[in-house]
Amino acid sequence: MLKSVNGMKEKCSLSSIELKNSAKICNVECSKALKNRLYDLGILENTVITPIFKSPFGDPTAYLIKNAVIALRKKDCENIIVNPL
Amino acid sequence: MFARNSTKEVCFENELKTADYQIVLAGNPNVGKSTVFNALTGMKQHTGNWTGKTVESASGIAKIKDKAFSVVDLPGTYSMLSFSAEEKVAASYLANNEMECVVIVVDANIIERNLSFALQVLSIKKNAILCINLCDEAKKNGISIDTDELSLNLGIPVVCTCATKSKGLNELKNTIYDICTQKKKCYRVSRLYEDIDILDDKKHKTNVEKLSEQSERICSKCVTYNKEDINDRSLKIDKILTAKATGIPIMLLMFALLFWITAVGANYPSEWLSMFFGFLKEKLYLLFDFLNAPSFLTGLIIDGVYTTLTWVVSVMLPPMAIFFPLFSLMEASGYLPRIAFNLDKFFARCGTHGKQSLTMAMGIGCNACGVTGCRIIKSNHERLIAIITNNFMPCNGRFPMLIALIIMLFAGSSLTLVSSFEVAAILLLIIVLCVLITFFVSKILSSTIIKSESSEGFSLELPPYRKPQILKTIARSFLDRTLFVLFRAVIVAAPAGALIWLLANVNINDISLLKYCTDFLDPFGHIIGLDGVIIMAFILGFPANETVIPIMIMSYMASGTLVEYSSYQELFNLFTANGWTITTVICTMIVCIMHSPCSTTVLTIKKETKSLKWTLFSTFMPVVMGIVCCAIVSVIASIF
Repeated sequence: MLKSVNGMKEKCSLSSIELKNSAKICNVECSKALKNRLYDLGILENTVITPIFKSPFGDPTAYLIKNAVIALRKKDCENIIVNPL
Repeated sequence: MFARNSTKEVCFENELKTADYQIVLAGNPNVGKSTVFNALTGMKQHTGNWTGKTVESASGIAKIKDKAFSVVDLPGTYSMLSFSAEEKVAASYLANNEMECVVIVVDANIIERNLSFALQVLSIKKNAILCINLCDEAKKNGISIDTDELSLNLGIPVVCTCATKSKGLNELKNTIYDICTQKKKCYRVSRLYEDIDILDDKKHKTNVEKLSEQSERICSKCVTYNKEDINDRSLKIDKILTAKATGIPIMLLMFALLFWITAVGANYPSEWLSMFFGFLKEKLYLLFDFLNAPSFLTGLIIDGVYTTLTWVVSVMLPPMAIFFPLFSLMEASGYLPRIAFNLDKFFARCGTHGKQSLTMAMGIGCNACGVTGCRIIKSNHERLIAIITNNFMPCNGRFPMLIALIIMLFAGSSLTLVSSFEVAAILLLIIVLCVLITFFVSKILSSTIIKSESSEGFSLELPPYRKPQILKTIARSFLDRTLFVLFRAVIVAAPAGALIWLLANVNINDISLLKYCTDFLDPFGHIIGLDGVIIMAFILGFPANETVIPIMIMSYMASGTLVEYSSYQELFNLFTANGWTITTVICTMIVCIMHSPCSTTVLTIKKETKSLKWTLFSTFMPVVMGIVCCAIVSVIASIF
């Protein structure tokens, strides 16, 4: 899915990152209320985030961020733009 | 904190005001703040391994050396930036109140994120102590923290603790003492807070980014990670407990085990209690005889108030005393958020939060506790839905009734349910049905009258698994939840007992008032597959659902006092003699699940929603649903 352009992977949404692959957050494009909540959890621009496991029913996904494990729904992750590492 | 009598409370308030110094505990959720608070004050606040356990700020007194310190424990919040109601409370409390020292509690394992919070506090308060909790765990995870360097960077003393093992608490106490008595001084590192005003909503993003940068910078200097992946152990457990193949079966098994232990384990103490109360009753009769008490008084006090009260206690106390401590152990281990995580998808479809699964599980213990537990759900509309639908989970008070009805369903057939394990399995099936009803109602509510405001999305922190302090957790849970509910039930059971006795024993033209009521309700009852006695029993059972079946027996036998049934067969015979059919059993089960919450729960709903409208709605919506469902069942049954 990810095209390699000059050795750099293209930006994509957090929900499309495969498990165990890290990504750097570029932009959080959510509603204001959600954005504030995410910021408080440390989900900020330039932070590294890694999906680590999924719920038995496929959604939500648990992410490792700053050593804490935080579960987010796919719907909310779609608007978090990241740079795969 | 729960039931505390008013005089004690007044004394307590005075003690707080006259304390020499005021200190405040602040921190992110689930960093062990409550444990630190308990260790400082010797008070017993309920602690659990999940976020948002402390929902009201608690206060207590700490004695350190010769001085008294009032300690306020603020609710754990992710940020001081006004976001949710609690965060506003925490921020405005810090900004508007005088205090000598703020103790900022952080989790050593996630110190970087926690440090942003610490900086937020420090931007409004200079005098503070950084209390790095869970140090033992962090050490095991290969995290080492240079506290001296950290202290220099922040301008405040830094203390490492492991509150559950009481490590570092003396140092913390001494440091609090030194700061308050100004033996030690804090200084403000102004450059950290340039451009930052955390009380300004508009600057949220700048604030967060700047503080996050600062904490990253400080951590890079003071914290070293010697292991690649610190969540290793929890990750391994999560691989089993949240995996596709094993996650759900293990969860169901855990719940089945929980209910089975509760149901079986409660039988024996229930019997002992009722034997003890029976023995006491005989002595009471003798005492009343000796005092030449009029028979009316003897009846009202012993047959009415005493019998109902002791019935409720002996039926209710044992399951509660088993269920809640076990539930608390699951809570302390960190498993509960995983349940919310596993099941969230269904709740997402219903427009609610995965945490509702936890409040539902608590509702099985007691609906009033479940409703209070809904505080863990932050967004208002999701919380309201969780509160309204909690009553669809049958509580401990309704379980014996459901079990009796299940056994009666099978009593006529060749299938005999002998083992308690089979009963537990069928109960689990009924609970699954209740869960489906909850989903259905939640979906309807969330897409009609309780639509979501601006969505805050979903976020759920999964803390590392921790070994619970078994004895402490059990004792705490027994005192906090079990006794709290018992206390509430006892206050309502006593007057209810008096009312039931009066109805059954005051006769007009040789017919009891109860008989008038049941005869009046009978025609309506038959329309919906029930009878007058069943409806009356549910109405009189409003204060305590435990009394519903005894009231039915009392009415059918026209006896003047609550009667206990000695065997299910006997119950079956009595009910069939009074015209019960399979339809009646099914309709009674429906009403058992769909009727108004008990009085304690209604009061709790009022307290939690602060809205008469929603209280009335939660009270009558299930009744209407129950009546409609019963009517449908009885119409279908009459066709065949």
